[in-house]
Amino acid sequence: MADLSINFAGIKAPNPFWLASAPPTNSGYQIMKAFEEGWGGAVWKTLGVPVVNVSSRYGSTDYRGSRMVGFNNIELISDRPLADNLREIEEVKKYFPDHAVIASLMVESKAEWHQIIKDCENAGADGLELNFGCPHGMCERGMGSAVGQEPEVLKTIVEWVMEVAQVPVITKLSPNISHITDPGLASVQGGTDAISLVNTFKSIVGINLDNYAPYPDVGGAGSNGGYCGPAVKPIALNMVRELASHLEIQGTPISGIGGIETWRDVVEFILLGASSVQVCTSVMHYGFGIVREIEAGVLQFMEDKGYNTIDDFVGKALPNVKEWKDLNLNHKVVATIDEEKCIGCELCYIACEDGAHQAIGLSGEQGNRTPYIIDDNCVGCNLCSLVCPVQDCIKMERRDDGKAEITWAERMANDDVPTTFNDSRAGGLGHYVPEPTLALKKNRK
Amino acid sequence: MADSKRPASEEDFHLNFAQKKPLMNNTEAYLESARCLFCYDAPCITACPTDIDIPLFIKQINSGNTEGAAKTIFDQNWFGNACGKVCPTKVLCEGACVYNHQNVKPIDIGRLQTYATDTVIESGKALFKPGTPNGRRVGIIGAGPAGISCACELRTMGYEVDLFEAKEKPSGLTLYGTAPYKITNEEVLAEMEYLENSLGYNIHYNSTISTKEQIEKLQDKYDAIFLGVGLGPTAKLDMPGIELENVVGAVEFVEELRMKKHKINVPDRVIVLGGGNTAMDAASESARMGAESVILAYRRSKEQMGGYSFEYDLAVSSGAKGLFNVQPVRVVGTDKAEGVEFIRTEQKKGKLEFIAGSEFILECDLVIKATGQAKMAPFFNLIDGLELDSGNRVVVNEVSFQTTNPFFFAGGDSVNGGAEVVNGAHDGKSAAHGIEAWLNSQNS
Repeated sequence: MADLSINFAGIKAPNPFWLASAPPTNSGYQIMKAFEEGWGGAVWKTLGVPVVNVSSRYGSTDYRGSRMVGFNNIELISDRPLADNLREIEEVKKYFPDHAVIASLMVESKAEWHQIIKDCENAGADGLELNFGCPHGMCERGMGSAVGQEPEVLKTIVEWVMEVAQVPVITKLSPNISHITDPGLASVQGGTDAISLVNTFKSIVGINLDNYAPYPDVGGAGSNGGYCGPAVKPIALNMVRELASHLEIQGTPISGIGGIETWRDVVEFILLGASSVQVCTSVMHYGFGIVREIEAGVLQFMEDKGYNTIDDFVGKALPNVKEWKDLNLNHKVVATIDEEKCIGCELCYIACEDGAHQAIGLSGEQGNRTPYIIDDNCVGCNLCSLVCPVQDCIKMERRDDGKAEITWAERMANDDVPTTFNDSRAGGLGHYVPEPTLALKKNRK
Repeated sequence: MADSKRPASEEDFHLNFAQKKPLMNNTEAYLESARCLFCYDAPCITACPTDIDIPLFIKQINSGNTEGAAKTIFDQNWFGNACGKVCPTKVLCEGACVYNHQNVKPIDIGRLQTYATDTVIESGKALFKPGTPNGRRVGIIGAGPAGISCACELRTMGYEVDLFEAKEKPSGLTLYGTAPYKITNEEVLAEMEYLENSLGYNIHYNSTISTKEQIEKLQDKYDAIFLGVGLGPTAKLDMPGIELENVVGAVEFVEELRMKKHKINVPDRVIVLGGGNTAMDAASESARMGAESVILAYRRSKEQMGGYSFEYDLAVSSGAKGLFNVQPVRVVGTDKAEGVEFIRTEQKKGKLEFIAGSEFILECDLVIKATGQAKMAPFFNLIDGLELDSGNRVVVNEVSFQTTNPFFFAGGDSVNGGAEVVNGAHDGKSAAHGIEAWLNSQNS
């Protein structure tokens, strides 16, 4: 069987499935329970000067039947005294010496940083994570994302930390910034051993339509929260990728965070360069038991692909993530509809008709609701296959010969790209577009 | 359904016996699995006699790990595919689904289970391998759900296993006794073949074990013996005329139907005697075979029938009619059964009493007795020190399934008196661990 154990920047763990610093890691009780369920590591709920929290702390984005596809919180760092947390870290390590226990930290002054690092190391923490992420509450006090958004400040604090830290240091980044590589590079320049991302996104998940308060509602008012859950995964994946493929950052271990729930999510983060992952929202939804599905699925994937260790596939997808200018302009796909499978919802038709390139037609015959593709009009955008509710009903079929490959960069080099407003090399020139007046009701068929 | 035409071909037969739980396609499985709430300490697991981690396998289907889902199922139940189809899921997992409390349709657990297991059975990929040989040998009498499950489990632990089966095919009542609209012969045998190919035990077919000498020979050859012999033929019914031609046992009727399909001839008027699930099956099947009138006669009230109400509803929707509070007193006829004489009953203070003078005769061309199966007491009496309870069920330890003769373990219908495939699967698997624990304790 494949070996799931990892050595992440010097932090050893039986597997790469860790709990993110968040409510599920608020206490030794929760972390021990999680380790028994199969989690390989946990980043403790952020330690610092204990806070006071508000009541009503979480909000949710539900989509149709699915609860919590997005989730936000206005909870702050640990509200428990440091001594209690340290005692519990020590106890967890006593029972689980081979699991990774990482202390997440957020304090202000250099002296406080030095003191809390010493305390956590004495308690037996295997690593430290610097929380430069929280976009709510703590940032008003000059911490969390207030640091994460100022690369210079971030670098200085990482340097303070590295002066004294004896265990590996992970810098956790805020995604509330234009270029994730700026704080990423700053942390590397500050000497960090590893990076974790993403922390939560500034968000308002909704408004109460009776009292006009944002959710979560704290007595008729609210504050922006930090957004996470399955909805943020695509943004997190791209940020992980940007760091993993950055020339000066690549090689620094990355712990991937953002909307992870299933084995598939884990594998995607690893393929884009993460070598451990951290999970929060799905545990807050379903409990620690979800790790069983994750572990079984990752093992299955490794067996199917012939990988023996996690390192065998870290970053395997990175070479395929290119700049747009390096994509093959001659690659051509066209949609095909499987008439046997089609159930006649006509969503592909209206999506293409109103939202894309008018490349799908209706038969107009009584009782025949199966649309057809107008091959000449189809640009291969995928939209119809994405809206189709039936598995494998609309497929994108390759239509080019696979030989003559040409990219935008190459065409630029050949001086073969449109340069004037009415250039004859416009990609859509000659492509079928209906006359505008055909849209008028009286002119429609 | 009530007007089923007589099936003239295998095709007609399958039409009349259309599957109650048809196979799911990918879209259906994806959408249905997405509906699962993934409850904590899920009631569906508690309701499953084999404790399958149902939310886990459903999540695995949803995340595209169908093979992992099948493994989760087989890990707990070697008859995972058949159980998805033949289990009374309405009163087990699906009946326990929390959606029921909000009048939302429960998750279609049985069909998702079959979907996942079908995928690997079709691919033939072995998810389980025999354990490293441990030098121990176990003999199993009966290749039904209990026997096969015990064999599979023992093989994963490295045991050498031989099964002795009286019939010519494996799986017992899954194949020979299940209503054809629940599962086809091909589906049952495909799972059996998959398990045998993966785990490699030896089944000796047409090998009835019925003498003390045979049993003693097995005792010499094996380290332990598992008894998965089930129940006997339909129990005798003491009543004048019962020996007439055209009076058949329900178990025998169902078996013949499953084996010969459209080739058996069910006459126009059928009376089924009994109120259990086998009676419902026999009534439903007679109607689907084209009988014009099918009467399901039970001596107590409709509410007191032992069969599940949804099975009764199914029989009625197939064209059978219920006749309650009637006790059969004799089968009428000279050579062949021509009718059944009943007397009406009523219940006084819980006791069944006959109403004097209420006798009447109902004409028919076939009488099906669905009045329970005989116990295998004569067989068990061949084994020294093996204790039976007052209902002639084998007494076993409820964890190890060890009988009062420590060399013998038993499970399935002969222990529980007659239950579902899933119960046999559970018993057989548990007994394997009982055998392991006992042999380990012998050696230490």
